[in-house]
Amino acid sequence: MVLVYTESEEGTFKKIAHEAVSYAKGIADMMGTSVTAVSVNGGNSEELGKFGASKVLEISNDKLSKFNADAYADVVAQAAKKEGASVIVLTSSANSKFMAPLVAVNLEAGYVANVTELPTNTSPFQVKHSVFTNKAFAITEITTDTKVIGLGKNAYGLKENETTATTEAFSPELASEDFSVNVVSVDKATDKVTIADAEVVVSGGRGLKGPENWGMIEELAETLGAATACSKPVSDMGWRPHSEHVGQTGKPVASNLYIAIGISGAIQHLAGINSSKVKVVINNDPEAPFFKAADYGIVGDAFEVVPQLNEKLKAFKAQNA
Amino acid sequence: MKILVCISHVPDTTSKINFTEGDTKFDTNGVQFVINPNDEFGLTRAMWFKEKQGASVDVINVGGPETEPTLRKALAIGADAAIRVNTPATDGYSVAKQLASVVKDGAYDLVIAGRESIDYNGGMVPGMLAKLTDANFVNTCINLEIEGDNVTAIREIDGGKETVSTKLPLVVGGQKGLVEESDLRIPNMRGIMQARSKPLTVKEPVAVSPETTTASFEKPAPKGAVKLVDNVDELIDLLHNEAKVI
Ligand SMILES: Cc1cc2nc3c(=O)[nH]c(=O)nc-3n(C[C@H](O)[C@H](O)[C@H](O)COP(=O)(O)OP(=O)(O)OC[C@H]3O[C@@H](n4cnc5c(N)ncnc54)[C@H](O)[C@@H]3O)c2cc1C
Repeated sequence: MVLVYTESEEGTFKKIAHEAVSYAKGIADMMGTSVTAVSVNGGNSEELGKFGASKVLEISNDKLSKFNADAYADVVAQAAKKEGASVIVLTSSANSKFMAPLVAVNLEAGYVANVTELPTNTSPFQVKHSVFTNKAFAITEITTDTKVIGLGKNAYGLKENETTATTEAFSPELASEDFSVNVVSVDKATDKVTIADAEVVVSGGRGLKGPENWGMIEELAETLGAATACSKPVSDMGWRPHSEHVGQTGKPVASNLYIAIGISGAIQHLAGINSSKVKVVINNDPEAPFFKAADYGIVGDAFEVVPQLNEKLKAFKAQNA
Repeated sequence: MKILVCISHVPDTTSKINFTEGDTKFDTNGVQFVINPNDEFGLTRAMWFKEKQGASVDVINVGGPETEPTLRKALAIGADAAIRVNTPATDGYSVAKQLASVVKDGAYDLVIAGRESIDYNGGMVPGMLAKLTDANFVNTCINLEIEGDNVTAIREIDGGKETVSTKLPLVVGGQKGLVEESDLRIPNMRGIMQARSKPLTVKEPVAVSPETTTASFEKPAPKGAVKLVDNVDELIDLLHNEAKVI
């Protein structure tokens, strides 16, 4: 049995929950078994059936209204034991990465993170995962009976697989140790697309000259429903918040489309965005290293190209809406 | 307060990544090794606790003798003593088990590790270590304050941050934000001289069986050449019809 943790926010499943179920179904098919989803104060379970879950364990508990790694890991581990799961699928969200090692130790299960595709083999159980910050892949065998897999960002996509999901209320036993780290406050912009969730990311570098020039970046991002990001010097100089810094020492980006504007394409920057599917670069220097790593490029002045691109995209979106 | 900082010995961020022995081993030829950047932020925060709150700071690495220069660098930055557990770092779990044994023997109050190392990116050692030693755990930590046993930490979450409170003993998965880049210290001559006489203890490993084994490595398929376009109409057309991303 393949168990999948399905992340939700305020009672709605996130897109990565759908992706994780799709992926779990892929593994279950390889192993000739089925998928059970674990939903903590989650959304409508029928939704998970659409992607291949045949059973949903529904946990509804006010104590779990805020994410808590110890408690959530305990819930997933108890569900895995109860269901006799041999594989547990988590994602690469900040919360999944926080709880996965705790789940693994609890279940004496080997854990591999940043897995990029379905297992290359299920007996022995081998998975491919990105290493060296996306500069390479490794094929790793998990030798324990139970396996924990952290699916890489945007690695599998959504695959519909109409299944009727039965639901079952599940009340795990929570211990006081589960609540020894407590959330005091959360500071989160709810109206903005986050780099982690975004399908499109618009990113600006030092070539934009100063924070006052980010208006056009934000407008372009808004047109595309994109998250905004930046290179490291831009956040170091305080032009943009640290949370937007992407690259080897910042956030990884695994969007469908990454648009780099006035970014030279240093190796540390590229390391963080390598797993984005399509890369577009706008730079006035045809020798900028980024052109070697990009799929599409415009050699030109960002201050001319970006406003034009935004206008034309708005027209395009209006037509194709 | 007794602090242990975990130091991963990793290739410098500019390194070319290649493999040898039929793509089964990382090729260290010509590679410069450094303190894992996430660990260096943690080490620098530990120095603050040492200077402002009188904490003691030990550093540790699980690895072969080749990692000692990296530990010496951490001593030159200001750590009091170093420990090397003499065994190759085979997988995240076995590293966590080795660390757990040292943490229990040394009765450390606080362990600061990096959120992930930039070589294998597993991001599992801090969490596993916390669980194995029954310590509290805060990952992706960008701010850490400790008074007595009480801990207030800020952790990065997707799309924002979150303040948490907890108690020692604690394991932290740290990153930039614990201190800023401008706070990082380059060892000076005095530090380097002092580091030579600070203790670097080699410990023999405890028996552990790894839970994962890497069979081989692959490099990403070479990318096709960039398509340069002259105007934004053409770009929109390609993104829509060819790449199908808008
Ligand atoms: C240990 C270490 C870790 C690092 N980690 C990261 C990381 O995680 N992320 C990261 O981003 N960097 C990282 N760096 C820094 C990295 O090496 C580069 O310095 C940085 O990425 C450069 O940022 P940039 O491209 O914005 O600036 P620059 O390199 O200055 O490039 C600016 C670009 O803008 C172009 N430009 C100028 N004017 C215009 C215009 N009008 N229109 C269009 N284009 C224009 C220029 O041609 C140039 O290519 C790291 C460095 C080190 C040493």
